[in-house]
Amino acid sequence: MSFINYSSREINCKIVYYGPGLCGKTTNLQHIYSKTNPDLKGKMISLATETERTLFFDFLPLALGQIRGFKIRFHLYTVPGQVFYDASRKLILKGVDGVVFVADSQMERMEANVESLENLRVNLAEQGYDLDKVACVMQYNKRDLPNAAPLEEMRRLLNPGGRTEFEAAATTGEGVFETLKAVARDVLRDLKQMGG
Amino acid sequence: MLDTPLVMYDEDLRRVLAVAQRLVKDANAKGVFIVDHNGQLIAETGELQGIDTTSLASLTAGSVAATGGLAKLVGEDEFPVHFHQGQENNLHISLIAGQIILVVVFDDRSSLGLVRLRVKKMGAQLGKVFEAIRKKADRTQTQGRTETPFAEITDEDIDNLFSV
Repeated sequence: MSFINYSSREINCKIVYYGPGLCGKTTNLQHIYSKTNPDLKGKMISLATETERTLFFDFLPLALGQIRGFKIRFHLYTVPGQVFYDASRKLILKGVDGVVFVADSQMERMEANVESLENLRVNLAEQGYDLDKVACVMQYNKRDLPNAAPLEEMRRLLNPGGRTEFEAAATTGEGVFETLKAVARDVLRDLKQMGG
Repeated sequence: MLDTPLVMYDEDLRRVLAVAQRLVKDANAKGVFIVDHNGQLIAETGELQGIDTTSLASLTAGSVAATGGLAKLVGEDEFPVHFHQGQENNLHISLIAGQIILVVVFDDRSSLGLVRLRVKKMGAQLGKVFEAIRKKADRTQTQGRTETPFAEITDEDIDNLFSV
């Protein structure tokens, strides 16, 4: 649920990075944080375990600029990917405006990708959202690894509907901003459709 | 389909701030923050300068959501009030009307009893203010039009945001 503040002329939206454990959700946010002008970003918060696995969420507030005098702010969240943190994932999805599904391209992680995507669909449905109607962008991460599955195979398993998709290597930053821009654009278009 | 956006106009914010400022005064608090349950900061007032309010809002909402999850595990709908005691500063967090989070920061110039008493009264007032805001939003939605600035924003404006 976005928040439109006429008093401070701000529009705030929430984007959640979803995907299986170790797929690179936090790495996406870390890259965005490291490459963004300090004036445009807030502090990045990571609630992680001692081994740097996300425990609850990562959070990064980002200002994208202005449209007709309104400051556009996005709050980026990641969910903990590990299967047993499902209760936390449900909490973080509350009020979501857009989702980035980060898929791990490694062949041996295909089952985990499929399971996580299904988990996203179920958790969104519990809150009355339909994955097919929410702004959602697919990111095939870790394309730089030698054991990456063929793109056609990933597309067949994870994106048969043909939502916007990007190949990425979050450790080097490839595809990270393209993904963010695409989901942000979709969220703003949804808002426009709702009110325009 | 996503939820209707929370829309705040100047007069709404003035009413919210009036309640928050009264609470700061009556509870002898250092500051009050009003956060929506999705982690967006709605209003703040008091003497807390330089605090990272965006992070505060996000973490507060996360904490309230996690505590709500705990409540359900033990058969409660919510734990509507949380209290965190620190060395110098304390946080009193309460959930208003199931969707607005009221955070009161106070030190030893006040007490938990006083804060609880004042929050109870002002929380009810705040609930009414947000109920009115919600009703206004519902009215505009049933009229088939959610009031957002996007009515005037074009696809081109959106694309231009990303062209830099």
